[in-house]
Amino acid sequence: MLPALVWLLVFNIWPSINTVVLAFTNAKPLGGGHFVGFDNFTRMLDDGQLADALVNSIVYMVICVPLLTFAPLLIAVLVEKKLPGIAFFRTAFYTPVVASAVVVALIWGWLLADRGLVNGLAQQLRVISEPLPFLTDRWLLLISAVSLTVWKGLGYYMIIYLSALGNVSAELHEAAAVDGAGPVRRFLAVTIPGVRRSMLLISILISVSALRVFSELYVLSGGTGGPGGRDTSMVMLIQMYSRGFSGHLGYASALSLVLFAVTIGPMLLLAWINRKAD
Amino acid sequence: MVRLRAKQRGIGGFSSMSNGEKILRYALLLVVLAITVGPFLWQLSTSLKGLGEDVYTQTPRFLPAQPTLGNYGEVARTIPVWSYAVNSLIVAAVVVAGNAIGATLAGFALAKLRFRGGTLLLGAFMATLVLPSEVTIISQYVTVRSLGLADTLLGVALPGAIGMLNVLLMRTAFQAIPADVDAAAVVDGANAWQRLVHIGLPSVRGMLSVVVIFSFIGAWDDFLWPLIVLTDPSKYTLTVGLQYLNSTFGANPRLIAAGTMIAFLPIVAVFAALQRFFFRGVEEGAIKG
Repeated sequence: MLPALVWLLVFNIWPSINTVVLAFTNAKPLGGGHFVGFDNFTRMLDDGQLADALVNSIVYMVICVPLLTFAPLLIAVLVEKKLPGIAFFRTAFYTPVVASAVVVALIWGWLLADRGLVNGLAQQLRVISEPLPFLTDRWLLLISAVSLTVWKGLGYYMIIYLSALGNVSAELHEAAAVDGAGPVRRFLAVTIPGVRRSMLLISILISVSALRVFSELYVLSGGTGGPGGRDTSMVMLIQMYSRGFSGHLGYASALSLVLFAVTIGPMLLLAWINRKAD
Repeated sequence: MVRLRAKQRGIGGFSSMSNGEKILRYALLLVVLAITVGPFLWQLSTSLKGLGEDVYTQTPRFLPAQPTLGNYGEVARTIPVWSYAVNSLIVAAVVVAGNAIGATLAGFALAKLRFRGGTLLLGAFMATLVLPSEVTIISQYVTVRSLGLADTLLGVALPGAIGMLNVLLMRTAFQAIPADVDAAAVVDGANAWQRLVHIGLPSVRGMLSVVVIFSFIGAWDDFLWPLIVLTDPSKYTLTVGLQYLNSTFGANPRLIAAGTMIAFLPIVAVFAALQRFFFRGVEEGAIKG
């Protein structure tokens, strides 16, 4: 028990308190650390990169939440039946989840490069005449990163749905089939209501992770944050201010508090809805 | 009559699935397979293409004309990729060992031992889960630095060496042991340690393997935290090293492909070897969101 207690205090509780303390200082990676009141927070109001990061987070949420709430459910229904070889398919669909975000972002970076597979095939099929600048255009880069996140998340949410589908009553399905309901009708009338709670949980999880995105944008933009540093996320800004001579740990901590404030929203919503349902 | 037949089909379950439905299902499975696994295969193919082969071609070849392992040697001459792999392995080993021991002990104590402040402590463990790790990452860095561990592998490994979520998972597993089994052991004069070893451990093996698998994957794949802690390129872990290769040396996609495969293949091997524990856990409902 003692080691875990030490970890709880040293690496969890103390950093939480210290984040709040640091947010009101001008701590730098090299020295500094005087109390500066609300300076870090007023500085945010003029921070164009933070505004971009918030816009990008909203784009992330708006695209990821619907796609990742429904697509993995369809895949889970597909792998639920125990056909021969289904274990292979389940494992294979989960592969993007176990791979590091850096690895998959480098793979996608190569696929989407000017002379990569996607542009090559599209030109071959005469869909486009010039390569699309997936990695150098402000919005295309963001959309590429969002697609990567969706692709990497399919297997993860598939597993949660697979677990939930086990609890959907087989009798209800049979009864619906007896009454002449086709597969689509049964999916809408039996499956979806049966996994309603998981859907809610999953859409909240997706919202929170959309706000926490880092590796995909960082690696696809080569660590630069894209053209003009506009393809950035809140966590990328936190990382950026943690390093080197231009770093500012106080400001990074203040940004962390903002990140906490926005991620707690979806979680409170979940708690509130669950409470109403009970 | 129609109703009756439908009912028979329902009871027969999947074995009576029509051939048409089976073909449709397999076709859809193959489409999803191509989407999820295709990019990895393309990267593997690129990593095996020699310098003489045009990787940029607009008529892409999926199979290398003359497969070669030369790129794997070449990437090791550009960055110390093998020592990066060893660094990742060291971090992963510390994290796995720490969680297997630390989370098990703490989970057992929280589930089975009565002590003052136990409930409060449980609440504190749960509260940490609400906090995304990125929120405290800066002050965690400040803590690690004040311990003198900035720019060290130990500094990378230590904070994750006992995951709060893992403590709670192990607690859940220990709680599933019936109370009277435990009570009988107490009557027989078993102390806490004996109860843990003889009754506890054999019944939580499933959860323990899930904790081990995910600590390993988490530590091996992690990027943001080692990126913040490490500054000396000779100490990089694989993920940070690959990003360094990509942004500093750019250019040859064959080398980056070879590097990503060095990071990717071990984790796939580990997961493929242990996946049956994982999916058994899913079917037993152990993994709930």
